[in-house]
Amino acid sequence: MAVEKKVAAGRRGAHQKWRVLTCKVGLDGHDRGVKVVSRALRDAGVEVIYAGLRQTPEMVVEAAIQEDVDAIGVSLHSGAHMTLIPRILELLKERDASEIIVFGGGIIPEDDALELKRLGVAEIFGPGTSLQAIVEFVNRGFQQAA
Amino acid sequence: MAVRKKSSREEWEEQSQAGKQPARGRGRTISGMPIEPLYTPDDLRGWSYEEKLGYPGHFPYTRGVYHSMYRGRPWTIRQFAGYGTAEETNRRYKFLLSQGQAGLSVAFDMPTLMGYDSDDPLSRGEVGHCGVAIDSLEDMETLFGGIRLDTITTSMTINSPAAILYAMYIAVGEKSGVKPAQLGGTLQNDILKEYIAQKEYIFPPEPSMRLVVDTIVFAAREMPRWNPVSISGYHIREAGSTAIQELAFTLADGMAYVEATIKAGMPVDDFAPRLSFFFDSHIDFFEEIAKFRAARRLWAHIMRDRYQAKDPRSWILRFHTQTAGVSLTRQQVENNISRTAYEALAAVLGGTQSLHTNSMDEVLALPTERAAQIALRTQQVLAHETGVTETIDPLAGSYYLEHLTDEMERGARRYFERVDEQGGVLACIENGFFQREIADAAFEFERQLEANERIVVGVNAYQEKEGSPVPTLKIGRETEQGQVRRVKAVRERRDNTSVQNRLVELKVAARGSQNLMPALIDCVRAYATEGEIMAALKEVFGVYREPILF
Amino acid sequence: MGPGYTAGVSYDESEMNLAGDLLAGDVRALARAISLAEDRDPQATALVAELQAHTGRAHLVGVTGSPGGGKSTLVDALVRVIRERGRTVGVIAVDPSSPFTGGAVLGDRVRMSRHTLDKGVFIRSMGARGHLGGLAAATREAIHLLDASGRDVIVVETVGVGQSELEISSLCDTVVLVLMPESGDAVQSIKAGILEIADVYVVNKADLSGAEKARRLIQDAVAMAPKKPWQPPILLASAVKEEGIGPVWEAIESHRAFLRQSGGLEERRRERLKQEVIALVAESARDDARRAVEGDTPVGRLLRDNRNGRLNPYSLAADVRAMRPARGAEN
Repeated sequence: MAVEKKVAAGRRGAHQKWRVLTCKVGLDGHDRGVKVVSRALRDAGVEVIYAGLRQTPEMVVEAAIQEDVDAIGVSLHSGAHMTLIPRILELLKERDASEIIVFGGGIIPEDDALELKRLGVAEIFGPGTSLQAIVEFVNRGFQQAA
Repeated sequence: MAVRKKSSREEWEEQSQAGKQPARGRGRTISGMPIEPLYTPDDLRGWSYEEKLGYPGHFPYTRGVYHSMYRGRPWTIRQFAGYGTAEETNRRYKFLLSQGQAGLSVAFDMPTLMGYDSDDPLSRGEVGHCGVAIDSLEDMETLFGGIRLDTITTSMTINSPAAILYAMYIAVGEKSGVKPAQLGGTLQNDILKEYIAQKEYIFPPEPSMRLVVDTIVFAAREMPRWNPVSISGYHIREAGSTAIQELAFTLADGMAYVEATIKAGMPVDDFAPRLSFFFDSHIDFFEEIAKFRAARRLWAHIMRDRYQAKDPRSWILRFHTQTAGVSLTRQQVENNISRTAYEALAAVLGGTQSLHTNSMDEVLALPTERAAQIALRTQQVLAHETGVTETIDPLAGSYYLEHLTDEMERGARRYFERVDEQGGVLACIENGFFQREIADAAFEFERQLEANERIVVGVNAYQEKEGSPVPTLKIGRETEQGQVRRVKAVRERRDNTSVQNRLVELKVAARGSQNLMPALIDCVRAYATEGEIMAALKEVFGVYREPILF
Repeated sequence: MGPGYTAGVSYDESEMNLAGDLLAGDVRALARAISLAEDRDPQATALVAELQAHTGRAHLVGVTGSPGGGKSTLVDALVRVIRERGRTVGVIAVDPSSPFTGGAVLGDRVRMSRHTLDKGVFIRSMGARGHLGGLAAATREAIHLLDASGRDVIVVETVGVGQSELEISSLCDTVVLVLMPESGDAVQSIKAGILEIADVYVVNKADLSGAEKARRLIQDAVAMAPKKPWQPPILLASAVKEEGIGPVWEAIESHRAFLRQSGGLEERRRERLKQEVIALVAESARDDARRAVEGDTPVGRLLRDNRNGRLNPYSLAADVRAMRPARGAEN
């Protein structure tokens, strides 16, 4: 009887829920976006674990593992995205947890977003992204629209 | 039975319903207040000019806080700027001053705002990104190098560590022979809205309030040209609140500062004239103008009636305005120029004392020089070409605007009652009342957008295929590395015994109840870094953790 | 499969690995095992059964009380005290799930953020997922799994509404009831009969006015109850200021010592076993009933087709009970 990877299994039965860790990394406190997204995901049936403000990459990865989430949604507005998000990916790899999806939002210029996706971030949602787009992304099993 | 003749109003109503284009639109302000298709004298029944408006510079100041308003002197163009190192920002300041700007407005980077030195591990990747990095007095000396501090006013956007940066500014003045009494400017220093909205708190509310009161008392005694606190609705609004919430929570915060300072033993008229405010100007044009006018009227009544202030200068609400960052869109970035222009117009029609207009690209990254220039020019066009400065409070008497102003006031008063019922501002922060109200409003706004009940051009209507990326300003890693080297060098160069002793003296003072400003000034003079001073205070005060609310 | 989860082969061998890794203290194995329990995966039942021999060592502490009373702040402060005394902790924090969508925002970690990087602390947030009573269906299994993984103390924080207090008392050795200083909270608790299940009372936010009054109210209520060998202490604390937390932990420990000496621990655990059997049977019965009523069964078809609404629930229930569900009829 094999224990399947959660996301790879893809199937969500009556008792199963997507679990997503949402958090703010970096020092800024702009949590409007991450809270609105958390509520929208809850309304879409997702179990959201909100880790709060000023999480370091180390804290994010540890919490994601303890909570056994399918994905991590990071929000940041401080301009530190090119330092902090790659660090999260690196730590996930070190912990042999690269199957945990990482997606992001906040003020992230387009060329940086492209670079982050190249590094393995599943999607970057900039300002003006509709909540529906984020919910659909989760419901597709954290994959970009075709 | 004789048929009653239709009134002209009834006639209009029938026509407007039957016409090919019946009155339409969403029929609600962003705050959710219903909007009628038409306002008439009926909406102002019993309304008294003397009671509601009065004359400019007269109680209740609805029409403006000064007698001549912009006829006498236009508003102050005050563009918020700062990035990278103190040296780079200093060059930008000199450029802005040469372009006709009258005052400086300092943006600090996140580590400075959160009280960490540039070489702290938590500062990784953030040094110099959203503003200028200041670690010690040395950086502050560089920042204002070659600028005569007695000829300008400086606004500093900083909160938890505000007292430290204030002390540094005083020390920079001293070194160039400018006395504290000659320094003019504003410290944001509004910690309450940090717990409510912006979340850049460090200490628990009580010691934080003490620091604010200490700066208010110090300024009242030593620095008559200084505004020690800028009570801010801007961040409350940007966090997603409605206009009424912004108005109500900001004034409630103002009352909390007044009460705390009175409790510390200072008579209200000794400090109240130096309190200033800071509001957002959002895209809902008339509602914003009404908000500014209602704010003045409310504050005048609060100060005179609730706190028995006798000095008319204590009654007036002076404010700075910034256009709404959240109203900017990533899509079709150039549209942000027109949004900002309308918002600036609302602020001016609302009687602001100073104004910052956002750059169109701020939604993407730090503004480029070109975008910052356009934002500045937007205000200059408004001031010199449109004629808005020619007459005072030109919209007064508008049935709609006066109705809306009354409604804003009523809505705010309802919130004051709810805050009082719950035991005041600190109790409402602790139980999460403000935070919950704002989160609900933010969520409702997003929902309306999703449901297309509200149109945002380029986002859910008139979309275009994404064009080529707009050039943005990037801060290189060299900035961080250079700043880390600088702060380490300062620590080696200074007299570390003296630093150690000043920090201990600060801790001792913090354990008691005396004013902390003198001890802070001593610390910065000895080149203690911001991070070291904050660490000392954290030892005494502890740190705050937010209540969890959704 | 999309990017990001093609690499890594941790736990796709068999549940034997999961059990072994969990016993060896592997955090990922523990976390994944709890997920299986939350998903009501049959593997979780097998796993818990297999690990049974390794359980029974941890001190199980339940923390309950009305929402807004500062439960998670108190748990955070307790974790610090427990760690200072050199013991490891597992925390299970249960929050409500939306009854409409089944989703949830679980925010208890925010208060406990400072313990995230402490290897001696494991924190797990749980959505109630429709389970009534202030806990999640998987809370029982999660307790066993944490116990097997070698945590010295397991703290369970309830949603804090309704009858959660009764269920928590069947699950834990020591129940801490957190009360707000407003006397209304104490009065409500007295009326609801909740006071009787608590082993330790904490009046939190003791710096606010009314704390002493609330303490006296509870004291009077406890004094009126029939005398029991354990006299529950009533303590004042401020979780936010981390004042009075040491005494709370000492009271929890004395209660455990008392249980040990008096044989009460055994009695509690026998009672727990009984409750667990009932809960497990009830859960599977509820699932069977739902399948019988909503699925493609004679009763299900009749209920959907029935237009006049004149059916007798009693006889239909008897029919459902008489039916043997076909094996493998998952979902």
